[in-house]
Amino acid sequence: MRKYSLWVLTWGLIVLVLLMPPAVVVAEALKNGLAPALASLSDPDGLAAIWLTLEVTVVSVVANTIFGVLAAWVLTKYRFPGRSALLVLVELPLSISPVVSGLVWLLLFGAQGWWGPALEQAGIHIAFAVPGIMLATIFVTLPYVVRTLVPLMEQQGRDAEEAAMLAGAGFWNILWRVTLPGARVALFSGILLTTARAMGEFGAVSVVSGHIPGMTETMPLHIESLYNGYQTVAAFSMAALLAGMAMMAVLLRSAPEWLARWREKQA
Amino acid sequence: MKQAVLSFLRGGGSALPGYRLALGGTLLWTGFFIVLPLCALIIRPWQDGVGAMVAATHDTRMFAALWTSFSSAFVAALLNVPLGLLLAWALVRGDLPGRKVADALIDLPLALPTAVSGITLATLYGPQGWLGAPLAKLGLVLAYSRTGIVLALMFVGLPFVVRTVEPVLKNLPRDMEEAAVLLGARPWQVVTRVVIAPLLPALVTGFGLAFARGVGEYGSVIFIAGNQPFKSEIAPLLIVVRLQEFDYAGATAIALILLLTSLLALVLVSLVRRRLSVWGEQR
Repeated sequence: MRKYSLWVLTWGLIVLVLLMPPAVVVAEALKNGLAPALASLSDPDGLAAIWLTLEVTVVSVVANTIFGVLAAWVLTKYRFPGRSALLVLVELPLSISPVVSGLVWLLLFGAQGWWGPALEQAGIHIAFAVPGIMLATIFVTLPYVVRTLVPLMEQQGRDAEEAAMLAGAGFWNILWRVTLPGARVALFSGILLTTARAMGEFGAVSVVSGHIPGMTETMPLHIESLYNGYQTVAAFSMAALLAGMAMMAVLLRSAPEWLARWREKQA
Repeated sequence: MKQAVLSFLRGGGSALPGYRLALGGTLLWTGFFIVLPLCALIIRPWQDGVGAMVAATHDTRMFAALWTSFSSAFVAALLNVPLGLLLAWALVRGDLPGRKVADALIDLPLALPTAVSGITLATLYGPQGWLGAPLAKLGLVLAYSRTGIVLALMFVGLPFVVRTVEPVLKNLPRDMEEAAVLLGARPWQVVTRVVIAPLLPALVTGFGLAFARGVGEYGSVIFIAGNQPFKSEIAPLLIVVRLQEFDYAGATAIALILLLTSLLALVLVSLVRRRLSVWGEQR
């Protein structure tokens, strides 16, 4: 009896708190049927927002993957003074408010920032332009690859790497052929987390973007302006697409597990 | 000192190649993307003169916004503790039907982009929403007030509590509760001494993580908050407002306070957790 009330309570909570929001997104997007929802996505500003989001996501993911692998290598394969400070530093963006993560780039590159005016004169626009959006997104997503790689690579130790070194392998060879194959799954998971977070970043990007429709609006920013302009169907259609993309990335992290199980069944 | 420098330059005695290259790359990257922005955040406000900074901190609207953010994040994190404990308990011990689905759903608030959560929660709890409308008939107005802010922060913070409690609960031997009952403990004693006590460090950590996240949260809150100055305006939103007024000193002052608070919360949590971890099985 007590067990059943626990089940009812738990599922009630899950439905009410966790399941209702995605249901609302879909219901609001399809309020007038499928056609208006799709039409609102193919509007020029909407397409530009989707395109910009993809661009920013690819740049942040590539940059943070390269850096993340290097940082994880340094943090796990060597013991040097300042190592734990570096670890704290790398995770810092996780505890900074998104708005502050955008603000810091304005302090550097904004009209009243340290280098903003000089760069502006040289014709280089960073704040209220696409480069600013990229800087803010890279900052926000910087920790994810490192964070997923470090515990695993720490656990692996460095015996295999040392053996490869004694066999005459250089740094890139060891990294590419020994370390990364063993950390494949964690790297994949870190990349997907970075992707999900980069696509959905709102606060940081909102501060540095300038909100120019068709130019510097990413999907989350476009959702905001549609919603504030009472274009509910369009706002929720874009929201459904964005949420679908982000949740797909998060769910795909289990793909290696599914694949392994499927192979096991085949064998 | 000299030894530390040498060890830093040589990678602490590991003979693996690539140390300097990888360390150099890491330092350049973290230097540009983390140290430089933080320096700007700490130094830039004082450049308008100490007077501007002092003036910025004498702003009653800023204090109201900070109070709104801190108190809402605190209440939301506090309410999330029992809810998170319940969910973690049901997942680990409750033999919950559909456990895998429930487990995947717990992470939903983390996967949902904040702007999407924002407009969705505002619609759901709004006057015409699925939950907002029936509750409004009962006289409960949720959206566009402090209550709305707390609701949004609870949604965002819930996974933090569940995910920190869950692994610890998994490691607790199941028969401890049975042993306690056999030894004559009353039900409430079992709950407080055998279940809650070993989970306390995890609960505090979950609370702290949810609080730290809630203090700075922006996207999921601003749509449901109402955003009235002195009433339902959160601190991150006031930063945006100050930036639109080109008041960099004002914006940066709030940013610094937010940053220090969330760091302080995380440090405090790790201290408290260390004191409370009776069982020593924490990371």
